[in-house]
Amino acid sequence: MVSSSSGASSRPSARAGVEVRLEDLKRRYAGVTALDGLSLTLAPGELVALLGPSGCGKTTALRLVAGLEETDGGRVVFGGEDVTNVPANKREIGMVFQAYSLFPHMTAMQNVAFGMQLHRVGVAERRKRASDMLELVGLSPHAHKYAHQLSGGQQQRVALARALAIKPKVLLLDEPLSALDAKVRARLRDEIRRVQLEVGTTTLFVTHDQEEALAIADRVGVMQSGRLEQLGPPMTVYSRPATPFVASFVGLTNRLNGVVRDGAVEVRGTRLPLVQTDATNGPAVALVRPEAVTLAGEGDSTPGPLNGTVIATAFLGATSRVTVDLGDVTVLAQLATSDAAAHPAGTRVRLALRPDPVLIERDEAAPDHG
Amino acid sequence: MNSARRLRLRIFRITVFLVMGAFFLVPIGAMFEFSTRGNSLTAPRTLDTWTAIIKVPDLVQAISVSLQLAVITSVAMLALLLPTMVWVRLRLPALRRIIEFICLLPLTVPAIALVVGMVPLYRWIKINVSESILMLAFAYLVLVLPYSYRTLDAGLASIDLKTLTEAARSLGAGWGTVMLRVVVPNMSTAILNACLLSVALVLGEFTFANLLLYENLQVAILYQSFVSAGTSIAVAVAALMFAFVLLLILSFVGRPRERVARAEEAA
Repeated sequence: MVSSSSGASSRPSARAGVEVRLEDLKRRYAGVTALDGLSLTLAPGELVALLGPSGCGKTTALRLVAGLEETDGGRVVFGGEDVTNVPANKREIGMVFQAYSLFPHMTAMQNVAFGMQLHRVGVAERRKRASDMLELVGLSPHAHKYAHQLSGGQQQRVALARALAIKPKVLLLDEPLSALDAKVRARLRDEIRRVQLEVGTTTLFVTHDQEEALAIADRVGVMQSGRLEQLGPPMTVYSRPATPFVASFVGLTNRLNGVVRDGAVEVRGTRLPLVQTDATNGPAVALVRPEAVTLAGEGDSTPGPLNGTVIATAFLGATSRVTVDLGDVTVLAQLATSDAAAHPAGTRVRLALRPDPVLIERDEAAPDHG
Repeated sequence: MNSARRLRLRIFRITVFLVMGAFFLVPIGAMFEFSTRGNSLTAPRTLDTWTAIIKVPDLVQAISVSLQLAVITSVAMLALLLPTMVWVRLRLPALRRIIEFICLLPLTVPAIALVVGMVPLYRWIKINVSESILMLAFAYLVLVLPYSYRTLDAGLASIDLKTLTEAARSLGAGWGTVMLRVVVPNMSTAILNACLLSVALVLGEFTFANLLLYENLQVAILYQSFVSAGTSIAVAVAALMFAFVLLLILSFVGRPRERVARAEEAA
């Protein structure tokens, strides 16, 4: 992609991407462990999303990297330099917050220029870079508006421009989209990714929204109880979840009883290959994605292991989610809407399970997460 | 129906406004009348008592001292209270109730009790520190604490202090910069209000100064009334007008941001 020659030199790409390392970070609040030895290395220019339910420690991790909180152990390293004991204002970070954080007494332009002023950037350069940054986020026409004259999405875009204007070593995004409505959220999400790719700043993005994380991250780290459960490319995290928690948190999952026998799990008469190839024989719960469930056609009225009745259909646009009652359990199937239309609620259907590798969960090993 | 109700509401508002206006203005008008005409309604109007103010050195001195005290008290109040309150909100939220209690305490203790408690302290100050009347600023700081605290607390509550300070720090601002360039500009109205309350309290203070044997404006007005009632009333009116002007200034400079914004929208 070719950017205009005037803007390119002053944009933060001049200092694109340093490696960011979190080493065994620990944090406790009044006896409660928020972060239990988190280690994570972000490659230069990489966007890593930390994903997890509230209270999993993802925001704590981000705040430790920002220097807004102190660690109880471990190190934070930016490009080989240990910054663990460097205060937030000397760490050269850029941060976008969940809450609207523009300084209300300054215009968008002044907000963007504020950090550069503190970094003693000359007036001319400051003005130029501020307009470049506002242009980058598409807000040039609103440069002289105050926060209260901008929409939520616009405010967050100014906040992004402000964070990037100081050419930070690392960009920290703390659920920047969660205060916005769905449509704006999706658009801004893609825009954040576009801008991040253009400037090449190493970025840590914290979110509880799996769709957001999967859509824009180079790698996704799924967290639970202060630990990283899995770290990998979005495709891998989704299709090859490392733990039952990841499987149930990322995407919807059917939990079906089965029996492990000779390296595969037998679920209601269908043999499915296993992700955990070392699993011993015996009963287990198989975690099956809704899109691995297909409707094979008209089920006959005699009860079979995969014969059931459609009880509900949720229209999601191009796809639909069909809930099928198999008598002892309900199963979700995600189908193309045109396929789902053939099976309205009340019709008998026969399910088929696609033989994708599945995770299993053992009652004694991993208690039910609900 | 609707318009009739609106009319009634309007009449009610105007009536309240007039009654309250009269309540405040009639005494001031009467004082002005007395200071320019004396007891006789037929006497010619003269500004002799007003011009006499500057001819009484004690009065001029007291006015100057009270103004200095007002400024010192306001500045000291801000320097003490604002950073403390910001810090407590951000870092020690558990202490907030305690700080609030301490700051509101002077409100519950009668001035006379406060002064009696302060007499030995001020005797010590006069002997060991300074005899200057400006030492009264310490006592006045206690006096204005409850009002200033309340006002500043409301101002702090109206901004997202945590996010704004963290945003500023992430951009490279030290705590001094955070206070002066982010916190103060966003609660300028509350700060001005707190200062105005402090100034008004200090200019109107009599008990402390009198019982601690200092001559501030109010004490000087009392002494002057023994010599020339007209002049003392003239000073009192002038002090009231001064407070009134301060209030006006406040209402004009208090909301520059909104005015700029509105002007831009109109453009």
